[in-house]
Amino acid sequence: MIDSVIDFLAPYTFLIVGAVKAVIIAIGLLSSVPLLVWLERRLMGRFQVRLGPNRVGPFGLGQPFADSLKLLFKESIVQNSADKFLFYLAPAVVVFTAIVTFSLIPFGKPFEIFDQKIGMWVANVNVGILFVFAISSMGIYGIVLAGLSSNNKYSLMGGLRSSAQMISYELTLGLAALGVIMITGSLNLQEIVDAQKTVPNILLQPLAFVLFYIAGVAETNRAPFDLPEAEQELVAGFHTEYSGMKFAMFFMGEYINMITMSALITLLFLGGWHSYIIPVPDLLFIGPLLVFSVKVFILLCILIWLRSTFPRIRYDRLMTFGWKILVPLAMLNLMVTSVFIVIF
Amino acid sequence: MELLIFYPIAALAVVLALFVVFNKSPIGSAVSLIGLMLCLAGVFIGLSAHFVAILQVIIYAGAIMVLFMFVIMLLNLKDDDNVIWKSREGNTLLTVLTGFLVLGILYKIISITLSADSSKPAKIMESFGTTAEVGKSLFTTYVLPFEVASILLLVAMVGALVLAKTKID
Repeated sequence: MIDSVIDFLAPYTFLIVGAVKAVIIAIGLLSSVPLLVWLERRLMGRFQVRLGPNRVGPFGLGQPFADSLKLLFKESIVQNSADKFLFYLAPAVVVFTAIVTFSLIPFGKPFEIFDQKIGMWVANVNVGILFVFAISSMGIYGIVLAGLSSNNKYSLMGGLRSSAQMISYELTLGLAALGVIMITGSLNLQEIVDAQKTVPNILLQPLAFVLFYIAGVAETNRAPFDLPEAEQELVAGFHTEYSGMKFAMFFMGEYINMITMSALITLLFLGGWHSYIIPVPDLLFIGPLLVFSVKVFILLCILIWLRSTFPRIRYDRLMTFGWKILVPLAMLNLMVTSVFIVIF
Repeated sequence: MELLIFYPIAALAVVLALFVVFNKSPIGSAVSLIGLMLCLAGVFIGLSAHFVAILQVIIYAGAIMVLFMFVIMLLNLKDDDNVIWKSREGNTLLTVLTGFLVLGILYKIISITLSADSSKPAKIMESFGTTAEVGKSLFTTYVLPFEVASILLLVAMVGALVLAKTKID
């Protein structure tokens, strides 16, 4: 009986493994969002010489759960003038694209268990990094649609600003990543990591790293580039009219994007799961996963540090900075890299 | 197996294409068009042309449709029942000509598809549709059309800049 079931399922093993991996990633990501919110609030508290949330549970760890419960049970208000369908669609697009983007991130060496070779990723696509950019550019629509469907001028301005900003900085992001792609000669994220076994790309492409980091911060709409939700001018930007869980979904999208961007920087520039100075044993999959997680964690902390350090940039300065400084620098980096590749 | 994926995607594409035409609100049309582009990308993946599928998403669904959205946002277009679209007199000839052009293209496509021998499908190479293959054929076999298209885009860009500049000055 069991043998026949196993025989029947054998050709579909890849489907079962894939589904299990997808579920693990989706649940893991969604449950890491409250923890990240907690981390941000605690660290922000420290940076600003105050305590941060510390009343609910040990170290205030209960706070994010209390907050999410509150948001879940909050009344969801949809104003009459809104375009209902698009109003509901927008937060879903944001969260969906954020999770799908992360599914393309490999976060460890493939390992073998029960004669099954299991890779630490949901999908290993040949054009991996392009796919990441494609799906994350779909994420803009969530914000644009939220701005459009709310029927509110602050939302509209927020949506307009954010789409302009994301389009501008996507260019820098792509050009900076191209330097790494040219060195490796592959678009596959796993091969890019494998090529950094001895030297991480940050030493070969320091300028590209800086550009990618700045553009990445802008791309995730984080301070100092959080113009779309500049509260002094725009109330809350594109999510002014959203309340309850739909409002929380925009935040979920933003925090998942933060994790994805940190993971992408780790893969492209910091050597992914390779550890350089301290040797780390493999231990099935725990060693590489630990190295990768530590790198991502440090990058996340730097993102939070940036937010509490820098004031928001003025909007015209943001555009000038993007188009007149970052893009030419990225092109220069690309040219220098290609000259070096041709010579050596 | 491939047909199981192809038919739903193709049906969705047709429905979305109809939505683009018949939707009254410009936002609805634009959103349907984005969905249509994504469906086409799905069809490309079914044909194992992964790189082209990604380009479809990045360029059409991503870049071009964002510009459409921009225009809609800047003009603040709303679905308005009072606006009735009338074809102008001079457009009739153009409409008929375009109709004939589309019919001709469709006829050609259908005749090519029907004349092909479906019992012996062509073998797909291992490297088919990869970035390297697409890049190679773009810069060797199709280098002239590729460059002509890029010059066309450049001309359009310069033209837009010139028009905008004269208005500002």
